[in-house]
Amino acid sequence: MAVPRSLADCTAAELRRLYASGEASPSEAVRAVLDRIAALDPTLHAYLYVDRDAALREARSWDGRAGREGAPPLAGIPIALKDNICTRGWPTTAGSRMLDGFRPPYDATVTVRLREAGTILLGKTNCDEFAFGSSTENSGYGPTRNPWDPMRVPGGSSGGSAAAVAAGEATLALGSDTGGSIREPGAFCGVVALKPTYGRVSRYGLIAFASSLDQIGPFARDVRDAALLLGAIAGGDPADSTSGPQPVPAYADSLTGEVRGLRIGIVKEFFGEGLAPGVAESVRAAAGVLAGLGAVCDEVSLPHAVYALPAYYIIAPAEASSNLARYAGVQYGHRTAHADDLYTLYARSRREGFGAEVKRRIMLGTFALSSGYYDAYYLRAQRVRSVIRREFTQALERFDLLLGPVAPTPAFLLGEKIEDPLQMYLSDIYTIPVNLAGLPGISVPCGFVNGLPVGLQLIGRAFGEATVLDAAFAYEQATPHHTARPSLLTRA
Amino acid sequence: MIDDRIVAHVARLSRLELTDDERERFRAQLGSILEHFQSLLALDLAAETPAEHASAITNVLRDDTVRPCLTLDEALANAPVAEDGLFVVPPVIEGE
Amino acid sequence: MTLETVIGLEVHVQLETASKMFCGCAVEFGAAPNTRTCPVCLGLPGSLPVLNRRAVELGLRTAVVLACRIHPESEFHRKNYYYPDLPKNYQISQYQYAGHPPLATGGRLQIEGVPAGGETARAIGIRRVHLEEDTGKLLHAEGRSLVDYNRSGTPLMEVVTEPDLRSPEEARLFLTQLRAVLQYAGVTSGRMEEGTLRCDANLSLRAPGGPHGTRAEVKNMNSLRSVERALRFEEARQREQLARGEAVVQETRHWDEQRGVTFSSREKEEAQDYRYFPEPDLVPLVVDDAWLVQVRTGLPELPDAKRRRYAEAFALPEHEARLLTATRPMAEFFEATLRGFNQPKIVANWLVGDVAAYLNSAGQEIEDARITPAALAEMLGLLDRGTLSGRLAKEVLEEMLRTGRTAAEIVKERGLVQISDEAALTAMVDGVIAEHPGPVGDVRAGKDKAVAFLVGQVMKRSRGRANPEVVNRLLRERLAPR
Ligand SMILES: [Mg+2]
Ligand SMILES: [Zn+2]
Repeated sequence: MAVPRSLADCTAAELRRLYASGEASPSEAVRAVLDRIAALDPTLHAYLYVDRDAALREARSWDGRAGREGAPPLAGIPIALKDNICTRGWPTTAGSRMLDGFRPPYDATVTVRLREAGTILLGKTNCDEFAFGSSTENSGYGPTRNPWDPMRVPGGSSGGSAAAVAAGEATLALGSDTGGSIREPGAFCGVVALKPTYGRVSRYGLIAFASSLDQIGPFARDVRDAALLLGAIAGGDPADSTSGPQPVPAYADSLTGEVRGLRIGIVKEFFGEGLAPGVAESVRAAAGVLAGLGAVCDEVSLPHAVYALPAYYIIAPAEASSNLARYAGVQYGHRTAHADDLYTLYARSRREGFGAEVKRRIMLGTFALSSGYYDAYYLRAQRVRSVIRREFTQALERFDLLLGPVAPTPAFLLGEKIEDPLQMYLSDIYTIPVNLAGLPGISVPCGFVNGLPVGLQLIGRAFGEATVLDAAFAYEQATPHHTARPSLLTRA
Repeated sequence: MIDDRIVAHVARLSRLELTDDERERFRAQLGSILEHFQSLLALDLAAETPAEHASAITNVLRDDTVRPCLTLDEALANAPVAEDGLFVVPPVIEGE
Repeated sequence: MTLETVIGLEVHVQLETASKMFCGCAVEFGAAPNTRTCPVCLGLPGSLPVLNRRAVELGLRTAVVLACRIHPESEFHRKNYYYPDLPKNYQISQYQYAGHPPLATGGRLQIEGVPAGGETARAIGIRRVHLEEDTGKLLHAEGRSLVDYNRSGTPLMEVVTEPDLRSPEEARLFLTQLRAVLQYAGVTSGRMEEGTLRCDANLSLRAPGGPHGTRAEVKNMNSLRSVERALRFEEARQREQLARGEAVVQETRHWDEQRGVTFSSREKEEAQDYRYFPEPDLVPLVVDDAWLVQVRTGLPELPDAKRRRYAEAFALPEHEARLLTATRPMAEFFEATLRGFNQPKIVANWLVGDVAAYLNSAGQEIEDARITPAALAEMLGLLDRGTLSGRLAKEVLEEMLRTGRTAAEIVKERGLVQISDEAALTAMVDGVIAEHPGPVGDVRAGKDKAVAFLVGQVMKRSRGRANPEVVNRLLRERLAPR
């Protein structure tokens, strides 16, 4: 088989075949990806840190072995990690100036698993500060740009990972999703992006945003790659009490592309006011494709889904306000040069180290937990969460999957929403309910509006990633959207 | 609903030093965000149990076995200020 | 009008585990600063807690021995406040509010021998028992403070009493009793000087049977003695304040051991708002009947049972059995001594007599004593064989307790060494035979028992130094029936 195009644009599955046949080596693939980073990242700013030497060294160690008998499936595959995932000895900032120069003395569980899987860690990708945001504009290190249109945002908070995979600056990437931070940038950048069930992937070593909602998940250029990567990172972890003990299916090997008889519920509330007509059209067309493949599609109502956004913006900031209390200039992170007393040390270090959105959410969360407001806000929001969870569970008794858009619009312009937090929050109205329900959700490219990618969201039962992936795979096989590449690449 | 007093109190609880400007901006922004959330107040949720835990798992326990610690150098590597193996903070008066 | 004193205690107990509450770091007193830490107990970004099973079991043991109601489901919460000894700036603890019970509630502990007019035995209510993590330690230097996180995350149990205690003496008695019970249950070493048992108290005054008065919280009491002293001071302070017609202020006061006073810590007016909420990094704790049965069957013998056993099996007087079982280390010392010298009544006598008197005057506990059970057993053996007289034994024991040396060493060094020289002993033996014709006649008549009396007389004559075996042989040779 001839090398089809730049190795930087190959999927992991293709690279593995090329490694097996000796037509390409991990060193060559990693070099191609590093060259792509050198060419495009000055424009895109997907990365906060790249370790060329370590990547090439690791790649060489797999040359001649990757793709062969006995090598793990992802051996020699270049991968990028969102910068809120701890990497021993590498800078890990979570996109915050607060953690400028912080190098954790330990690896996150997913980092360990990726090392064991033989992937080649390239570096750390840009994100909204502490993953608070939907555009990556809240990064303390400047925004990432969308490879499909550099005037636009890549989505967020895992915008760096999504942009890197879309642009061939990584074959695969990991992001984290608390309210849509994997799926929304996946949709905006036209890549496959999966938020697993809460508890499917260990959170140990993921810098916490909202502990009861955070999940790490894969970005890839097709569904098979996403399945491969999920298989490598999923599974219970004794270091994460909230990780589930459920066995990990062979996600990639069990892709059939068969959806005949699959019952798919089209979520009525996800097609209401605020949804861009072009997006609605693409997503309905996608449902049509699945129906054409034999799936049984029907409308389903989740009447409380509209309350997910306000509930989320109580629960997530409440947990975040506590999770971020540790950044106070004592054990690590930014410390003000001007403090003679403890209170000033804390309040000024935090003032100097945190950006506006982080401060806003800390304030919001502190308020929601504070005496006199706890019942009205925090408890009420948790009750709403119960209702939403029940509605999803009941809907998923009738249906095998739920379907809707990922985001109300395609990628918006840089600066378009940054001054209006509420408008920004609305980018996640279709993804947030899924986090509150703790369910798996995938974003699959399903077309374009004005040259910008649109994402189809498929939501499954708890620990039902295999079904989600299989339906996404069937859709992908039937459509060409995932093969489209950003125009930026043809110029590169 | 959100007044200056609440903003000042919450900022203090959060250990966030704010300028007058920021205080005013946060007051307005938090106010409008919470305004948006008033829709929640109309819901009858009396019968609902708060979903405080994200999954149904219970009793995750570890055996009482000792595992290796970080070295002193690792523990202090990220410390902004350290001295003789200890983290340094401004003087704290006991009971303050 | 006489005012009644009302005291409630909050006792923090360090659980006897090998590793910390939520991580595998060793729990170790006195390690070099910041050498017993990991990402979890340093609060590094991304780290997560995992609950120590043994810590839960020790909490459950406590709940059982304090006759508490153990809740089938409890959970952990975050208590949010900023302080440099708290690496995450929140403490993982178990908070109690509507629908959220801690590990256990509603128990009691029987205290006995209440002085000063109280009943001789009564039950003190236990409001709750919960688990939490300890903080690190702050050290104070010139112009700055220093933080050591070795203690951060150490498993703690908080035992909170109802305001049932009526005097500082009673508070001390309760603590002594609580400590004994927890030591017996294997829950804690209970060493207050090492901070493994720490106590805060709430004290207020009221007209007998009337509504509660305003209370002050007293902190920083580091020994049983200081608890009693601090509360006595605080009691007097409030009494005087009320006598002057001034109100007691609700506040936190620190005990200054040196000056013997409590002082106001002048905490900020702003009320603490800990913003408790369920810890999302941990899952609920469910305690089912099977687990409770396991905990109950795994309980070591508790003081009451042990006291009854001593009194019956060893025929010891009640007060001796009580003293020997007052603390677990004392009971362990007693039992270990028996393994080397199996005469319970004698061992008990010496322990509650000379040994206890010495420890008392030296301000020591049995576990601080320089004497080992084996050494005591050896000494008692020497006494039993007549190598030491009772008088010498007292002297030797005193030196053993003071210096930690063994009886054999002391006997040798002080020239208490035995006389085995036959010529010297023959002279003494002949002298004794001449002085005691009666027993001598008995021996000659075949009454072997009288030999022991004569040996004793020789020992006495030699001030305990004669070799009893040689004396025995010499006596028998001389008095052999003709
Ligand atoms: Mg406590
Ligand atoms: Zn630790």
